[in-house]
Amino acid sequence: MDALEIARWQFGITTVYHFMMVPLTIGLGLVVAVMQTAWHRTGNPEYLRMTKFWGKLFLINFIMGVATGIVQEFQFGMAWSEYSRFVGDVFGAPLALEALLAFFVESTFLGLWIFGWKQLKPGIHLACLWIAVIGSIFSAYFIIVANSWMQHPVGVEMIDGRPVMTDAWAVFTNNTALVAVPHTLFGALAVAGGFLLGIAWYHLWRRRRDGVDTVGADGKVIPGESADIPGRDRDDHKVWLRSLRIGAVVAMISFAGTALTGDLQGKLMFEQQPMKMAAAEAACHDGTGFSVLSIGNLGSQNCDDIVALIEVPGILSYLAKGDFTTEVQGVNSLLPQYKEAYGTHLPDNPIYGERAGQEIDYLPVMEVTYWGFRMMIGFGGLAALAALVALWITRKGTVPESRWLMRLAVFGILAPFGANAAGWIFTEMGRQPFVVAPNPDPSGIDQVFMFTAAAVSPGVSAGELLASLVTLTAVYAVLLVVEVKLLVKYIRGGVVSAMPELVHAPADENEDATPGTGGPGGGKPGDDVLAFAY
Amino acid sequence: MELLPTVWFIAIAVLWTGYLFLEGFDLGVGMLMKLFARNNTERRVLLNTIGPVWDGNEVWLLTAGGATFAAFPLWYASLFSALYLPLLVVLVALIFRAVAFEYRGKVDTDQWRARWDWAIALGSFFAAFGVGAALALTTTGLPLNANGDREGGPLAWFSGYAVLGGLAVVGFSLIHALAFLALKTDGDVRHRARTWFVRLLPVLLLPIAAWALSIQFLDGKPWTWALVLLAVAAAAAAWVWARKGAEGKAFSGLGAFLALGSASIFAAVFPVVLPSTLNEAFDLTISNASSSDYTLGLMSIVAAFGLPLVIAYQAWTYWVFRRRVSAAHIPEAHSFLPAIAARAFTTKG
Repeated sequence: MDALEIARWQFGITTVYHFMMVPLTIGLGLVVAVMQTAWHRTGNPEYLRMTKFWGKLFLINFIMGVATGIVQEFQFGMAWSEYSRFVGDVFGAPLALEALLAFFVESTFLGLWIFGWKQLKPGIHLACLWIAVIGSIFSAYFIIVANSWMQHPVGVEMIDGRPVMTDAWAVFTNNTALVAVPHTLFGALAVAGGFLLGIAWYHLWRRRRDGVDTVGADGKVIPGESADIPGRDRDDHKVWLRSLRIGAVVAMISFAGTALTGDLQGKLMFEQQPMKMAAAEAACHDGTGFSVLSIGNLGSQNCDDIVALIEVPGILSYLAKGDFTTEVQGVNSLLPQYKEAYGTHLPDNPIYGERAGQEIDYLPVMEVTYWGFRMMIGFGGLAALAALVALWITRKGTVPESRWLMRLAVFGILAPFGANAAGWIFTEMGRQPFVVAPNPDPSGIDQVFMFTAAAVSPGVSAGELLASLVTLTAVYAVLLVVEVKLLVKYIRGGVVSAMPELVHAPADENEDATPGTGGPGGGKPGDDVLAFAY
Repeated sequence: MELLPTVWFIAIAVLWTGYLFLEGFDLGVGMLMKLFARNNTERRVLLNTIGPVWDGNEVWLLTAGGATFAAFPLWYASLFSALYLPLLVVLVALIFRAVAFEYRGKVDTDQWRARWDWAIALGSFFAAFGVGAALALTTTGLPLNANGDREGGPLAWFSGYAVLGGLAVVGFSLIHALAFLALKTDGDVRHRARTWFVRLLPVLLLPIAAWALSIQFLDGKPWTWALVLLAVAAAAAAWVWARKGAEGKAFSGLGAFLALGSASIFAAVFPVVLPSTLNEAFDLTISNASSSDYTLGLMSIVAAFGLPLVIAYQAWTYWVFRRRVSAAHIPEAHSFLPAIAARAFTTKG
């Protein structure tokens, strides 16, 4: 492997990893903020328990997103210095604004939320969480504006061979970003929905298995209490049932949201990057049919090997254009167009290193685009269907005793993660061989593009890149194990793991500071130096 | 002289100074976890002084990096790629440190805590050292060719200035943390921090003073020399105040030292942002490394509103958590048995 390939693997690994933590942070943050709002409004103790439990898991995950996010900002300059020089004028601004307007808000107000349970008045404390969550949404917006510019460069003029921003409004309202932002946010909510559903199912199942909850003759649940097991009271049943239902509803709504925004995004991409979409379909010839299953050696990068076994006529045209008859161009028609517009060989420029003068392959890796596209939709759809089934199964207030169903629900948590990762891998790999993709449609600006081969740092050796690839991958692997272990520990602990006050002896209680029993108006602000301590 | 690139040069100097001022003490507190704290309770006192604020402090680094990318893309690209390995060390250090803050208290065993304590202390040390080395090298220069790429291999950046800069930020962070602890804690920790501060200030500020002075000898102008003298006066005042027990003033004096010292360095090197040690013609300056006036103008407008707002709500955070932390405030470690496995349980304590 040469420097370019190592740098690409590093960007791929660190970004996909970072984007495991991020959607859970955004989605779960919103859900926890809604839960705390419900507690604030009703004073209902179940909502406090839900806030505390899901909030604890949120924080365990949040910190990993923070830690791995710094790598993202630094590696543009470290590994992709030519890219940074080329796009800095237009790409740097959203990154800087993300830090200034979003990260500061997120980290500062989350710190206030974590530590401020008693220092702040309840309404202000709640507001801090909302502000932090809104900060995370803004951060998603800014980073997607930056990414969308790579997919669909707008608002610039080429001056001395570099794109220079001339229209910030166009950059910040890039139509690619305006559909990708809601698509990503719904994707994040889907992750949160599956997370709630799986974990809540597990606890309802344990309650039944431990004999705490029983089922009456009419099939309805009879919630019970256990004196032996901390936290297993009747309110605990409500916590899990309500969490499960919220999770299922969130999962279904967010799938509908991703489908609608995904459809809009697909139609844009057929215009902006037709090759990406042709590769998503493994569509060699022009046509109208959507491939349900294509066989042949997708990886051979040779269209002659690929046979579409099952095709639904008209659907591809619908995805691309909204009708059932327009012919959509396949790879074989597109390749000559790309060669004519952007050349057949990389220029003889030292910026391309050893690759200077090589023939350009305009076809993305079709195994990845074809299956990435289908995994995104498939995992997303499966999760939504499972959520619907889960709502039906739990209509009488608990889950079945089946261990297999429980396992399915718990492992189902992974499906929306898979859909998110597959979607991003598809859209980023589908952009190759470009790092800044040219847009052949009229909205594209002529000659604003950059080959990935030109983007890597010329002064950085393959050895350095390999050292960082190995180091970061190893560190990330270790931390993933630690995070999952901690999450499992806190999940198994149940609500008590986030609310020690539920089981501690009442002797050390302040009468006005027991959030478990009082309403939101309970504690006076400032009565404790440390409401929460590391 | 171009107006907007100058404005952004100043803005980036302010962001780096803000970063060193704020994260300076939390990096120092991290190192003091191993050097100063005597037992677990003291370590938790230290941690909880920075608990609500360290993450917000760290965003100053991200903003300084992002602003450099946006305002001076060529500076960002050359500096970050030339310092590939040292910045990798900084990244790993910051990752472990961040995770350690959050995870340290999540399992109630001594072994677990001891591991994360090391992560915090070493993470803080290497982050401070690496950032210091990078900052020093951007003032003294790197072996860059005409394209701004490093010549001479992965370690070509290494020089005495890298070590000096690294020690400068480590030393400053430690003394700043002692001033912070004297201000933010009570009881034994407070008094010991003050004693250590008075005893160690001259030693710990030596490297940062040496860096500021060497920059003055290389590029100084009369008025930047004056800034150095004022900085030394501020450090002396901080020392005197600390001896008298005026902790707030001592902390402010040290802050003034940092602001003046950092201003003296940035002002001396201006308008060069990253000199090339190979050829003066390859120097990156505010003119040849900056973004267009359009981009800089847009960012100026946003920053003019955004930065004061950030400072305001971060100041409010410090106000909310203004009370001193002492050993008596530290709650028992929260140990629980999983709802799943427990037959009977005991609460520790």
